[in-house]
Amino acid sequence: MRVALFVTCVNDAVYPATGVATVKLLERLGVEVDFPAGQTCCGQPQFNTGYRHETEVLVRRMGRVFEGYDHIVTPSGSCAAMVRDAYPRMARRAAAEGRDAGLGAIATSLAPRVYELTEFLVDVLGVTDVGAYFPHTVTYHPSCHGLRLLGLGDRPRRLLQAVEGLDLRELPGAEECCGFGGTFAVKNPDVSTAMGADKVRDAAATGAEVLCGADNSCLMHLGGILHRQDAPMRALHIAEILLSTKAEPHV
Amino acid sequence: MSARDRILARVRAAVDGAPEAPPAARDYLTSHTPDDPAALLDLLHENLADYRALVHRTDPAGVGPLIGRLLGARGSASVLAPAGLPPEWLAHTTCVRVEDTPDATAAELDAVDSVVTGCALAIAETGTLVLDAGPDQGRRRITLVPDHHICVVRIPHQLVASVPQAMLRLDPRRPLTWISGPSATSDIELDRVEGVHGPRTLEVVLVGE
Amino acid sequence: MSGTFVGMPAFPKAARDAVRDETLRGNLRHATHTIRDKRATAVAELADWQELREAGRRIKDHTLRHLDRYLVQLEESVTAAGGIVHWAADADEANRIVGELVKATGESEVVKVKSMATQEIGLNEALAAEGIHAYETDLAELIVQLGDDRPSHILVPAIHRNRGEIRDIFREKMASWGRPAPDGLTEEPADLAEAARLHLREKFLRAKVAISGANFMVAETGTLVVFESEGNGRMCLTLPETLISVVGIEKVVPTWQDLEVFLQTLPRSSTAERMNPYTSMWTGTTDGDGPRTFHLVLLDNGRTDALADDIGRQALRCIRCSACLNVCPVYERAGGHAYGSVYPGPIGAILTPQLRGTTSEIDASLPYASSLCGACYEVCPVAIDIPEVLVHLREKVAEQGGPGHRLEKAAMKAASWVMDHPAVMAAGERAALRTRALHPKRPPGAGAWTESRDLPELPEEPFRDWWRKNRT
Repeated sequence: MRVALFVTCVNDAVYPATGVATVKLLERLGVEVDFPAGQTCCGQPQFNTGYRHETEVLVRRMGRVFEGYDHIVTPSGSCAAMVRDAYPRMARRAAAEGRDAGLGAIATSLAPRVYELTEFLVDVLGVTDVGAYFPHTVTYHPSCHGLRLLGLGDRPRRLLQAVEGLDLRELPGAEECCGFGGTFAVKNPDVSTAMGADKVRDAAATGAEVLCGADNSCLMHLGGILHRQDAPMRALHIAEILLSTKAEPHV
Repeated sequence: MSARDRILARVRAAVDGAPEAPPAARDYLTSHTPDDPAALLDLLHENLADYRALVHRTDPAGVGPLIGRLLGARGSASVLAPAGLPPEWLAHTTCVRVEDTPDATAAELDAVDSVVTGCALAIAETGTLVLDAGPDQGRRRITLVPDHHICVVRIPHQLVASVPQAMLRLDPRRPLTWISGPSATSDIELDRVEGVHGPRTLEVVLVGE
Repeated sequence: MSGTFVGMPAFPKAARDAVRDETLRGNLRHATHTIRDKRATAVAELADWQELREAGRRIKDHTLRHLDRYLVQLEESVTAAGGIVHWAADADEANRIVGELVKATGESEVVKVKSMATQEIGLNEALAAEGIHAYETDLAELIVQLGDDRPSHILVPAIHRNRGEIRDIFREKMASWGRPAPDGLTEEPADLAEAARLHLREKFLRAKVAISGANFMVAETGTLVVFESEGNGRMCLTLPETLISVVGIEKVVPTWQDLEVFLQTLPRSSTAERMNPYTSMWTGTTDGDGPRTFHLVLLDNGRTDALADDIGRQALRCIRCSACLNVCPVYERAGGHAYGSVYPGPIGAILTPQLRGTTSEIDASLPYASSLCGACYEVCPVAIDIPEVLVHLREKVAEQGGPGHRLEKAAMKAASWVMDHPAVMAAGERAALRTRALHPKRPPGAGAWTESRDLPELPEEPFRDWWRKNRT
């Protein structure tokens, strides 16, 4: 099985620990991981801000970089959704404009091979107990794109429930958006922050020590609010929790 | 160029070359309820009551006495009745009978205490009565202005399970009024309050064979 | 569209004030969460919800694709049933037609059923300019009218008001519009509804002309349909001698049978009921029952512009249920007024810029008034992919340029170029990370982010460098 890691631009630059955790976790589960160095960004920020044409060059890059891999795994529901949901749309739009731009073939090729990390673990590897140990109280925020565009359902929570020592607390209003929304966070900072503050309040109400998510862009927003509030809760990507064992407490 | 022609021309230009959109497949259910008359009647009763209608059951011989009792309990002095209402339905009341006439004013209707009508049909799944201005139902306004409406449903032949079944039996050329419980509003903090402009009390008489 | 909202500030600015209004936030949170949960229960009752949703979508798409045909058929059916059909290309034309129809009756007051279309065209203001008083009869519209306010929700226009505020409005304003509020009026919803009943009844009983909208029009039969709860609709549709209905051209459906889909999906999506208390269906005029004269005014007012957009046209499927508002986290915090239109929330964000264009500051900002979370699409009973339309409209706004967009476009182009050159990107990452000790906590230009959020701690090296050192 040739598995490529698509680490995403945010994780590469800001949250490398998530990328490292994803690699080590997959390797522990017997997966051989490759990191094609030509990868950069899926183009989601540009696309969602209305710059579809400027995004196409990145779609083509994604197509080239990940050619030939059986599976492409990414620790980001949002970026997986970009490839699976938006790439086909972009191809259709280009076709409607009388251009193929090579997008159709790329979308068709990439979409079925791209997996969000928890999906890959549960659906492809068929595991929910990854042998992790994390003796802390945790509450899980399912990010919108994972929830609604990928249909991750309860996969992340099943993975967390199987972690030894982990006490999973139900997050009230879990399905509500945290307010990050990419450029929304800076174009509508007041509403974005109000949404984030409400999410943080709901998370704090669970009494959990850790706010866990599967999308670092949302966690950057929520973590930024937690940090500003000096809250006794930290935001953590699920990959880092799943990597932790008794022998090697990663976090 | 008239506004009509301008709008139609704009529509045609707008959809020119758009992909074809075939009519809908009707693969939704025609009923959500098992085909069991007793269960259907219970469902209607339950759904009417759920939206705060007062529900009574009786047999054909019991309709008149029951309506008499309901009007008496309400303390009504006058009752509005459409021309085609079975006379025996009002044989057990001393209320003054007010006729449904075209020249009655709204203010006159407003002075009437109660109104008794039949219906075109009832829908169990939604707890809905449909009136189609038939002879035993009268003009639309008579079931609207008085504050107390007693509606008689003949079971089983006026009872259908679902909205799709109702549509097959209704005539769109007649004015139709679908009634599900007394009037209500959720306009204040989305808190449901029963009784606004329509009758504040809806009583339903389910008449079994 | 109506001039009521001209000069509105852009959404972010309008939302800023709403977010800081604790009372409003509380009102909206309570209301939207209440209805949201009820809707989920009502929808779960129907095993074939997804089939109904798909049928609704396809009925609407098919109608829109052949809208010319169905409008002509509707006109024939309504005319054959005794109605008179008028066509209005824009708000001014519609207002002029209605004004003339009212004047021809010799009346100077009309009662109104709640209607989004008449709000959209600013009909009440236009009639007032002609010396005609238009009385809103829906409880929430009454609250808005008495309070000299604007609607903030499609279904419950006074959702931004709580019971105490409503009581104060009734006490202060009812007397100048008609029957005063009863002495000792409490803030109990039942009491407030009773006060509205008494206040409006005198208007219903004397009204000679009514104005309504419609939820649906059936081309095949000429039937119009109004869904309501309070009975004010029935009052207006049956007591007066003249009825004038102003309806958007997208409200037509082909057949009588098509209604069975929406009769199931609209109430459950809207008020979260199995069925709303009253639905009225009328076909032209009926001898001796209801209005003797029926006018139908078919309204375009930007709808054909939306129809011409292959992605945007799906917004015309909307049946105005407001489910999207009730689940929208942005609407919940920003409130309806921030959207600068009678159509707030997610549907407003895609409908208004299409009906009015995107030349004004507020309209150009609406497509960005969303985090693209997708909750709206999930609940839409006609499956309008609102996020898709939002992104599409952003593209159009970006293309037209305007304040900030030239700079943004340049930045996006530059970012794409960098991302297409991994070596350049990696160099940039390393440069940024090497100098991280020198970074200010709140760098200039990051204000929108750092006003209430800290930036993340930057790592020592990018992931790609870890990979190179440890795995190659």
